[in-house]
Amino acid sequence: MRSRFWRVVTPLGFAVVIAGVWLSPIVGQQRGQQAPAAPRAAAPAATGFPAYRAPRLNGHPDLNGVWQAFVTANIDLEDHEAQAGPYTELIGEYSGWPPGQSIVEGGVIPYKPEALAKKRQNAANRIKADVSNDKTWHNLGDPEMKCYMPGVPRATYMPYPFQIVQGSSPYLLMAYEYASTTRTIRMDWKQEAPTDTWMGWSIGRWEGETLVVDVTGQREETWFDRGGNYHSDMLHVVERYTPLSPYHMQYEATIEDPKVFTRPWKISFPLYRRMEKNVQLLEYKCVPFTEELLYGKFKKGAS
Amino acid sequence: MNWRWLSSIVLAAAVAIVMSSALVAQAAKSNTKAPAKAAAPAGAAEKAWTVKKTPWGDPDLQGVWNDATSTPLQRPAGKGETVTGTEANLFEEQLANDLSRDRRDGGPEVDVNRAYNEHWMDARRLKITNDRRTSLIVDPPDGRLPPTVPISAERQKIRAERQAAGNRFQAGMPNIATEMSLPIRCIIRTDSPPYLPTIYNNDFQIYQSPGYVVIQPEMIHSARIIPLDGRPHIGKSLKQWLGDTRGHFEGNTLVLETTNFRNDDTVYQGANPETYKITERFTRVAEDSINYEFTIEDPTTWTKPWTAIVPWNKIDPKEQMYEYMCHEDNFDIVHLLSGARAREKNPSLNLTKPQTQR
Repeated sequence: MRSRFWRVVTPLGFAVVIAGVWLSPIVGQQRGQQAPAAPRAAAPAATGFPAYRAPRLNGHPDLNGVWQAFVTANIDLEDHEAQAGPYTELIGEYSGWPPGQSIVEGGVIPYKPEALAKKRQNAANRIKADVSNDKTWHNLGDPEMKCYMPGVPRATYMPYPFQIVQGSSPYLLMAYEYASTTRTIRMDWKQEAPTDTWMGWSIGRWEGETLVVDVTGQREETWFDRGGNYHSDMLHVVERYTPLSPYHMQYEATIEDPKVFTRPWKISFPLYRRMEKNVQLLEYKCVPFTEELLYGKFKKGAS
Repeated sequence: MNWRWLSSIVLAAAVAIVMSSALVAQAAKSNTKAPAKAAAPAGAAEKAWTVKKTPWGDPDLQGVWNDATSTPLQRPAGKGETVTGTEANLFEEQLANDLSRDRRDGGPEVDVNRAYNEHWMDARRLKITNDRRTSLIVDPPDGRLPPTVPISAERQKIRAERQAAGNRFQAGMPNIATEMSLPIRCIIRTDSPPYLPTIYNNDFQIYQSPGYVVIQPEMIHSARIIPLDGRPHIGKSLKQWLGDTRGHFEGNTLVLETTNFRNDDTVYQGANPETYKITERFTRVAEDSINYEFTIEDPTTWTKPWTAIVPWNKIDPKEQMYEYMCHEDNFDIVHLLSGARAREKNPSLNLTKPQTQR
């Protein structure tokens, strides 16, 4: 096993050294600055990085690894100031939510007027839950708070790592630490989504350096963030994963939903490779953290 | 979808009963002696076939597999290690008949349950293993779990508490969500090893990448991501429902060794996670077949280790494994709890029979 280990690690080691040499001036330049905005992932050079060609696996860019976003978009995709989360009167700063800049191209999500009202209502109700009636089970509360599978693209920018498993079969796996969620990317697949699911139906293809994933068939109940940004059953997401260096990928998603938005819109941000020698996804099965909230009023002795 | 689980427990019990009686009946009929030799491991006859390698040189196990079989974990009393082809056919017919939705001879309750269960049941669940074994356990040679050892007072207390919670559940009187089983709560289902067949959703997708094997069980949408680089286990204080798995290849066999299980009824049959060890071996023995063998050792639960072999069959590429959501629409848990609260107020609603016999 050592020999296999070193077969994998040695080339990686070289890549680290080489990348270190050519990245060092850039890193030096930008230290202490905000990373420049990345308007288009399709042209990696526009991000300020030199053009990059990833190592190949089976003829395609090798995206294997544990990745993580470091944006605060899970709080709100749009600009958001630091804010008090729920129950700061009980737990103080533990419930403080950090500020962040919009990851939406142009800054603002193009809601239809009536849809914007619904988004605001969602935000007002984000920490409420009522599961006493099957038919209105999903009406209240941020699905994240209830430990539901987050949908796409939210899974990508939640503050947890995820792992890409790319081999030589027509399937690629994305496994997310949050709620032990997984989704299968079916490469060059023809079949349409057979039914709606929480993580949707993902069809992948390669466009040069970029993995493009077309996602349909998502359950309408997922949200984009704690800010109540939402979609309908017409949601269509096209994701683009483009390696920028051995340690970075640019992520871009185009979001289309004619019931909720006036036009398609885009988000983008970098993904960072988790570099710890012992990195692995651990279990974040959060159901136990929701059982009192959801089911507490049905327990013995509850009034 | 969770409400299906309940019925699966019902049916698992029903199938076990039906199966053992069917096997016993046939044994009486055919009057054959048990074969003297132990059952050969599945696929032993197919030595000529060699497994393909991935581009990076590992034996290729990628694909969607299914482990459904009607062969029970433990050998029914009175049976030999295998049955003849005729016996196997008879047994499958009888099992299919016993579970058929088309029968109307059991009284309304039995007929309806049968129809309901058949609707969900994976048809592959009717098939006995290709080598016609009467038990999945191959060691001990009697096909039965080894005798248990006396357990500590502390474990006895925990078991008694679980038993009491189980009895409340069966009476339709659960106190609180957290006393229900991990599958009912949608925390884990068939995703923690050992992998044993259940009524439905016996699918597993295997992914491989350089340095990793990943097993994604259909229930519940988790991925068991297994490093092959020889790294040590995570720290002893980190416990997980799926444990922490390390793997390596021995020839063409993937060997997995798993530790760090949680101490909340996660490990098989209330064994002791402090002393429990499971080793699993996956060998692709044909294009469409993997031999899945596991050995469980726990000296504070059983007198000796035991080993079972379950065949995994490749499913038709046109079939897919779909997302299994569970907690997101776990209506059942609310119904179970609110039913119990209603019965507290109005005892006339009490079940006349345990809930698992609905």
